Amino acid sequence: MKILVGIKRVSDPDNANRVKVAADGSKVDPAGLEQKLNPFDEYAVETALRLTENAAANAERIGEVVVVSMGPKEAATTIRAALAMGAERGILVDANDAAIDGDVVSRALCAIAKEEKPDLVIVGKQQVDGDSNQVGQLTAERLGWPQATFAYSIVLEDGGKTALVGREVDGGVLYLRVSLPAVVSVDLRIVLPKNVVNGVTPASHPYPDTPRYASLKGIMSAKKKPIVETTFAALGVDPKPAVRYVKFESPSRRQAGVKVESVADLVDKLHTQAKVL
Amino acid sequence: MAVLVVAEIADGKVKKGTYSAVAAARQIGGGYGILAMGQGIAAAVEELRAYGATRVHRVDAASVSAPVAEMLAPTIAAVARAGGYGVVVGPASAFGKDVLPRVAARLDAGYAPDVSAVVVDGGKLSLRRPMFAGNVVGTMEVTSPVAVVSVRQSEFDAAAPAGAASPVEDFAAVPAEVSGVRFVRLEQTKSERPDLTDARVVVSGGRGLKNGENFTVVLEPLVDALGAAMGASRAACDAGYVPNDLQVGQTGKVVAPDLYVAVGISGAIQHLAGMKGSKVIVAINKDPDAPIFQVADYGLVADLFVAVPELTAAVKKLKAQG
Repeated sequence: MKILVGIKRVSDPDNANRVKVAADGSKVDPAGLEQKLNPFDEYAVETALRLTENAAANAERIGEVVVVSMGPKEAATTIRAALAMGAERGILVDANDAAIDGDVVSRALCAIAKEEKPDLVIVGKQQVDGDSNQVGQLTAERLGWPQATFAYSIVLEDGGKTALVGREVDGGVLYLRVSLPAVVSVDLRIVLPKNVVNGVTPASHPYPDTPRYASLKGIMSAKKKPIVETTFAALGVDPKPAVRYVKFESPSRRQAGVKVESVADLVDKLHTQAKVL
Repeated sequence: MAVLVVAEIADGKVKKGTYSAVAAARQIGGGYGILAMGQGIAAAVEELRAYGATRVHRVDAASVSAPVAEMLAPTIAAVARAGGYGVVVGPASAFGKDVLPRVAARLDAGYAPDVSAVVVDGGKLSLRRPMFAGNVVGTMEVTSPVAVVSVRQSEFDAAAPAGAASPVEDFAAVPAEVSGVRFVRLEQTKSERPDLTDARVVVSGGRGLKNGENFTVVLEPLVDALGAAMGASRAACDAGYVPNDLQVGQTGKVVAPDLYVAVGISGAIQHLAGMKGSKVIVAINKDPDAPIFQVADYGLVADLFVAVPELTAAVKKLKAQG
C-alpha cells in the first residue's frame, strides 16, 4: 500500500493568541512563533504509518508513505519531522505559503497523486491557522475519487481494496465504505489505540492514543531519506488562488468579568444581574 | 447575484443551520432559491416554502437520501448552473463542510469556509471569517465567477419565515461519477438534550472532571437542571471521557448560547475559539490563573466536585420557586 500524506507547518497553535496583524491589515505576522507540524497533519502521518506497518513485528514496513508539503526551503524541516516518524520519502513544492491557499494546494496535490498513483491520500481535516477544512474534499473531487472526511476510524478490508471509514459528524459517527484509491481527512480520535486497522497488525496491539515520537534512530535515518524538490510550474499548476484576502483584523477582545465568592453569590448574580437563570 | 441555499435535511427534518444560511442569503441580496434533497422530504419542502425563496428546488431521489458528498455534489452543482446562481451557501456543519468544497471544485468556484459575516459593497461580495483559532478575522473576496460559502451558525441568527409560499420546482438527481462509495450506517449518539449548536444554555466539562464517569455523576445533573446541552473541551474528548461530537472549540463545534458554563476547563486557545461568542460565560475552576477567567463574566475559583453539586441544588431550588 502506498499512501500520500499532505502536511503543512503552522505557527505554534498553542500560542495563536500571540499572532499579530500588520498595522495596515495587509498580513498576519506570526513573528516569534515557532513553526510546528499542523496537529491534524501529524495525525495523518501517524494514520498512514499505522496502515503500512506490522506493529507486532518490530514496526516492519509493509508499504510506503510519501509526505508532501508546500512552502519555502525551511518547510523541508517539517517533512524531515515526518520522515523521522517513519515515512519513506518527501516531496517539497516550492511556494510562498502566504500566497497560496487550499485550492492551489489541492491542485498541486492532485498533480502529484496522478504521478505517484497512491492507494490513499491522507490529510488532516483542517490547518489550525487558516482553519479552512477543504483540501481533502477539493482533492477528491478533482481526482474523481471517493472521500471520507473527518475520519474517526479506518479499517482496511478485502486486502486493501476497500476501507470502512467512521466519520465524525454532528450527533455521532457515520460509516462509509470507500473503494481505493480514495482521499481521507482525519479528525482527532483517529489516533485512539484501536481506530486504525490494517489487517496485518494484530487487533490486540497496544498502540498509544497519540502520534508516535520520532526515535533517535528515526531522526538519524531521516537525514538520509530523499526529499525531492519541485515547483508548481513543473507540476503544471497555476498557483493563483480562487480567493483573495483583502484585509486582516484583530477581533474585539472579550473583557474579563468578576470573580464571585461563592455558589450562592454566582446564582444570585446570574438571576438578578445577568438574568439568565 | 442570486444565491442558492443548500438545505441540510436529516430524517426528513430541516436542520436549523439551514436558516442561518438563509439569513446569509438575505444579507447578500438579489434573491435566493433553496435546494432540498432527499427522500420523504415533503414536510421539509413545505416548511422551506415559507422562507421567501424565489423557488424551492426539490430533488426527491434515493441517490441523494444519505449525506454522501460524492452523491450530492453533482446535483448541487447542476442546480446552481441551471438556475444561474452566482453564490452557493450552506451551513458550516459536518454536512456542509463535507460537501460544499466538492461543489466548489465542480464549479471552479472559490470556497469561503465557515464565514462569520457577509458584506456587500457596491455589488461586490466579501466575506469575513475567523482564522487562527479566532484570533484573526480575515476578509476575503472570491475572484472566480461563482462563490461557494459555508456559514457559521452561531454568527447568523436563524431567518424567520417571510413572504408568500415559494413555488416548488422538481429537479432530477444527477448521477454521481464516483461509484466507489457506500453509506453503511450512522451511529447516533442518543440524547434527549438540546443540540449543542442550538441550545440556549451549554454546560461544558474539561479535564478537571478527571474521567468519563464524573461527566455522568457530577456534570450531567447540572446540565439537566439547567435544561442545557452538554459540551466538552478537546482535552476531555482526547482523553476519551466523552464522545468527540461534544467537543466545543476551534476543531469542534462553535457555540454562542445565552449562558455558557465552563467546568474544569482551563481555557486553551482552541476552546475559547468555540465559545467566546456566548452572551454570558461562567467559569468554575480551582486554578485562579486559568485563562478561562479572562473571558468569563463570572468566575468562581473552587473545587468543582464541591461547587457543581451545590450549584445544581441551587438551580433546582430557584427553578422550583418559578
